[in-house]
Amino acid sequence: MLLAGGQGSRLYALTRNIAKPAVPYGGKYRIIDFPLSNCINSGIETVGVLTQYQPLELSDYIGSGMPWDLDRSQAGVHVLPPYQRNKGADWYKGTANAIYQNIAFIERYDPEYVLVLSGDHIYKMDYSKMIEAHKEKNADCTIAVIEVEMEEASRFGILNTNPDGSIYEFDEKPAVPKSNLASMGIYVFNWKKMRKYLIEDEQNPDSENDFGKNVLPAMLNAGERMFAYRFEGYWKDVGTIDSLWEANMDILNPKVPLDLSDREWRIYSRNAGLPPHYVADSAKVQNSSISEGCNVYGEVEFSVLFPGVTVEEGAIVYDSILMPGAHVGKGAKVQYAIVAENVEIGENAVVGERPEDVSDLKDWGVAVVAQDVKVYPGATVKAKAMIDADVKGDE
Amino acid sequence: MRKTNVLGLIFPNMHDEALRDLTAIRAFGSVPFAGRYRLIDFPLSNMVNAGVSKVGVVTKSNYQSLMDHLGSGKAWDLSRKNEGLYILPPFGATDESYSGRVASLAGMEAFFANSKEDYVVMSDCHVVGNIDYGKLIKAHTATGADITVGYIRGELPRLDNLMVLQADNDGRVTDITIENGGEGEGNFGIGLYVLRKDLLVQLVRNAVSRNQTHFERDILQRYVADLNIQGYEVTEQALVISSLASYYAANMAMLDGEKRGKLFLNERQIYTKVRDCCPAMYGLESNVSNSLVADGAIINGTVKNSIIFRNVRIEEGAELEDCIVMQGAVVFGGTKLGSVVLDKDVVVKESRTLQGYASFPIYIDKKSIV
Repeated sequence: MLLAGGQGSRLYALTRNIAKPAVPYGGKYRIIDFPLSNCINSGIETVGVLTQYQPLELSDYIGSGMPWDLDRSQAGVHVLPPYQRNKGADWYKGTANAIYQNIAFIERYDPEYVLVLSGDHIYKMDYSKMIEAHKEKNADCTIAVIEVEMEEASRFGILNTNPDGSIYEFDEKPAVPKSNLASMGIYVFNWKKMRKYLIEDEQNPDSENDFGKNVLPAMLNAGERMFAYRFEGYWKDVGTIDSLWEANMDILNPKVPLDLSDREWRIYSRNAGLPPHYVADSAKVQNSSISEGCNVYGEVEFSVLFPGVTVEEGAIVYDSILMPGAHVGKGAKVQYAIVAENVEIGENAVVGERPEDVSDLKDWGVAVVAQDVKVYPGATVKAKAMIDADVKGDE
Repeated sequence: MRKTNVLGLIFPNMHDEALRDLTAIRAFGSVPFAGRYRLIDFPLSNMVNAGVSKVGVVTKSNYQSLMDHLGSGKAWDLSRKNEGLYILPPFGATDESYSGRVASLAGMEAFFANSKEDYVVMSDCHVVGNIDYGKLIKAHTATGADITVGYIRGELPRLDNLMVLQADNDGRVTDITIENGGEGEGNFGIGLYVLRKDLLVQLVRNAVSRNQTHFERDILQRYVADLNIQGYEVTEQALVISSLASYYAANMAMLDGEKRGKLFLNERQIYTKVRDCCPAMYGLESNVSNSLVADGAIINGTVKNSIIFRNVRIEEGAELEDCIVMQGAVVFGGTKLGSVVLDKDVVVKESRTLQGYASFPIYIDKKSIV
């Protein structure tokens, strides 16, 4: 069960029209490609995707599930928006409530175990190993954890465990963390247990119907067998502008252990169906990732270009992410920026700045231009700006 | 696109001998092109874009790579409950008469009988173009012709059994010659035909009963006076592949933005099999100019005026100019390659030098190690 209903409000303008899992990442993917590909690669062939916020583009993208080989007659991917029942209709009130409202969907498959995922992270993980560990420990619930730096532990939901891996305490964003095992928001439940706790949680009027805040603590207090499962490897939250920018830059860094070209663990995505990209005589491309259908006549360095991007002659694109269909006009300068789908940047416009060119680093940050926005010729978008309407002058 | 009343037939083995090197291990239709395509993608996409929803691919030999490429036809939206994509291997493969279009058509009567379409559009795979087959089909019904023959006006390509046409002012074909290795200018056929299905079945039966095998010579040329054969000039950009040199030139033409734009149109897409590789990666030492690069390529060397296919690796210090490098090939450092066509999975080791010429490119076999 993939929780894909979140707005991703910390991505601001980028999630104005689309749900966070539909946000483009890594030159040709969307965030949701990672959990979906992980599922099929782990042998999980029935996936419910719970949508709520701006579901149109996400539902379209998932479609029949064909790109992930999840178009099945007996299983496959199912998009599950909130729906109306004979006693009224509810939005998904929280993560637990979203699953609660789809108990009937899960029962159709009569599963032994249910895996709960989110569409917020970039990682490659074999869920079947986690489920295997869950079975071995005879657990009621297993939570995937990753070691984070001790200094950063207070930003995460921290799990405190006994030597055998069993959990004795949840510590949500602790001021003084006792361990550095952060919850990855990936849970395996025994379905019968999970069902019982979801129903109890729903009957509690004080509950926020959230896994982390309500359901998991309730299970722990009741003495259920709960274990942590350690994951090692690349795992990155892409919930903020900075982390999304960094995670994209990570694919350019050969030292970062995220191999997207691994044939044994492919990340699938819906294909744009464009010809190979063209790099012109006047172009200079270095240390960048360029996808199909791009036309590069200008200079591109340390950047990620999604399908169908055009960079015209004399334009400069440094340290930036250009999402599908973005167009950078002649002589324009794009630095430290995230430029969303189909944005048009006019000739000689300037978007974003390098940190070394800003007098006070407090004013510096990645500039963001939202989907379909037009930056007029000669206009300026400052560092850290968040643009969701056409720009004619300086903003 | 609205469904049409037209059945598609593609002949991926026609002209195999013209590209002997590249077709030793594959059919003409599965020869790689422009970084991620196979030649069959063009006629197949043209058919799909004209609303043709049932296509038979009439294979003869070496068709494993073609079948792998086509799969269920999903990439062309031809994986259907009714209609869709049909691969038609030879019927009775030992039949010696299996030498031409007529013989293969003769083995397909059951396929014709099971198709409810009234018309047939036939195409070969040696012409790379985004050709509006819809317009061709419309022209066929508008003129009331028995057979409509698509042709190109221009310099005659050096192909065996090239059909050259003369037409009167109304477009009716009045004379047909079959030439080997044509010279000069003229109207030449490109294996593109539209006709009624029942007429095709009848003409083929007729030819088979006389032990005739050649569609152009034994049917079109023979009946030029009796049948109303109309010429249809293909005016879209069409690159004819008749040799390794013209194959090379057609690929290189894709470096021209205008020509590329005429092939890859937004309104009529060219579809191909999806490979799910990650985007191309350019390293710190990469130096690429005037080149077409496909997804999955890793480039750390110097690449000029070249076509780089998927999952190719160009190492630091390698220098390529005017090259076509097919899927999975690896070029190590210190290498200098000029006007070379590397087939799939070729490895060129350190410090090798190969220099061909545009009209005589060097071709390196699939999986060779240089």
